[in-house]
Amino acid sequence: MYSEKVMDHFMNPRNVGEIENADAIGEVGNAKCGDIMKIYLKIENDVIIDAKFKTFGCGAAVATSSMATELVVGKTIEEALKITNKAVAEALDGLPPVKMHCSNLAEEAIKAAIEDYLVKTGRLEKNCDGEVCGRRCDDIHHHMDIED
Amino acid sequence: MENKMIYFDHAATTPVKPEVVEEMMPYYTNKFGNASSIYSIGRESKKAIEEARERVAKALGAMTREIFFTGSGSEADNWAIKGVAYSNKDRGNHIITTAIEHHAVLHTCQYLESDGFEVTYLPVDENGLVSVEQVRKAIKPNTILITIMFANNEIGTIQPIAEIGKIAKENNIYFHTDAVQAIGSIPVNVNELNVDLLSLSAHKFYGPKGVGALYIRKGVKITTFLHGGAQERGRRASTENVPGIVGLGKAIELATENLEQYNKKLIDLRDRTIEEITKKVPFIKLNGDRYKRLPGNVNFSFEFIEGESLLLMLDMKGIAASSGSACTSGSLDPSHVLLAIGLSHEIAHGSLRISFGDENTHEDVDYLMEVLPLIVERLREMSPLYEKVKRGN
Repeated sequence: MYSEKVMDHFMNPRNVGEIENADAIGEVGNAKCGDIMKIYLKIENDVIIDAKFKTFGCGAAVATSSMATELVVGKTIEEALKITNKAVAEALDGLPPVKMHCSNLAEEAIKAAIEDYLVKTGRLEKNCDGEVCGRRCDDIHHHMDIED
Repeated sequence: MENKMIYFDHAATTPVKPEVVEEMMPYYTNKFGNASSIYSIGRESKKAIEEARERVAKALGAMTREIFFTGSGSEADNWAIKGVAYSNKDRGNHIITTAIEHHAVLHTCQYLESDGFEVTYLPVDENGLVSVEQVRKAIKPNTILITIMFANNEIGTIQPIAEIGKIAKENNIYFHTDAVQAIGSIPVNVNELNVDLLSLSAHKFYGPKGVGALYIRKGVKITTFLHGGAQERGRRASTENVPGIVGLGKAIELATENLEQYNKKLIDLRDRTIEEITKKVPFIKLNGDRYKRLPGNVNFSFEFIEGESLLLMLDMKGIAASSGSACTSGSLDPSHVLLAIGLSHEIAHGSLRISFGDENTHEDVDYLMEVLPLIVERLREMSPLYEKVKRGN
């Protein structure tokens, strides 16, 4: 089951909400897969100074979203890009094996937001449009063979 | 109130009644004899098993020699389906079932498909009902077995078992029903329903875990499932779980005696809960038939939120319930039952099942109605899907 830290971040998630005029927004996952994370970043001189999120998903998805917003604040975009799903899970004192895929959601959301920022600041070409870019369940989740 | 646990998951399992435990206890300690032994404490165990068998037979309107004890409801399902399939393969290889069966039936049918059998999985309507006409149409010359659950464990829908039994009988096809959720909640008589095989499990009606039974109508051709000793008239080897069997017997007797009253009480709690949730919470959908449903079953989908989150928050408030969300099943897909009644993945992920039982009261429902709407609202405020709805796009 979940660690105390996961339960704490689930029951009292940090940084829930939206940032008006955010410098970057990343949204990954889809409702079909059962989880969506949307992250908003405020960035000054390539340093993330604020982060907020909204998540549709299970306890682990909410907790990793909350932890991810805590981890990115104060980091440069380069440092933030290096945040791995493992790092997010470790910061939460681990996740149950079946829930490890939820931590991918947070890593992907950070990457998507920074991509959005780079596009907005003209440093990256937008290489896809909306739907086409939408990630499929399999991209985010890893297959498991656990039976109930 | 917060320290008290309110248990709303009786479809998962029930507590063992003290009267049941009391009857079981001696068979763990001083009456520990092996029922196959010749001396007195062996004979006492044997006698206790036969008394339990009589109680089960009476509850189902069956003969005692038609009741066989198993290790679980799943084992009873496996035995019924594989046993009939292999024993009757000279007559045909076709089995009819539904898309919303318990995995103990579905996976058994899938296994048989890999061994040369042909299985028709009948679809259900948006309320989870299979149509009698569809069953009739699915019958082929090589059909040997129809296996359709009595009542669904997730959405509570009760199938037209008597009508299906009639068709099966007219066509000379064996009819098995997984009645694990029905026994103890609704009246079941194997003769009135024309059922040839029926599975049940003690822990769903205030009996112990690890014991079930299979009703096999006299004359049904079925292979032995567990080979070994001569227990259960040579059809199911294993030293009998005497305390468990005694507990099953007592539990089914109590359940049958109190059936009418219990039924009424649960329907009362169920209908009130359905009404109040419908009134107090927007963007919801009741899953399963409004009336043809188990007395204790409530199943709603809450749009824009995910089921496991909902369960965790309810748990923090001392409420134990269940969900058909993928996250609670350990797979990537939400419940096959919710998908079979036509729910989109999105809505299936946000389901909540409440199953009432003996200890539940109207105060429990008061408390649920106090906390549930707030939890749903809180999770929705956190959901990017709800944000879009609020903005109107």
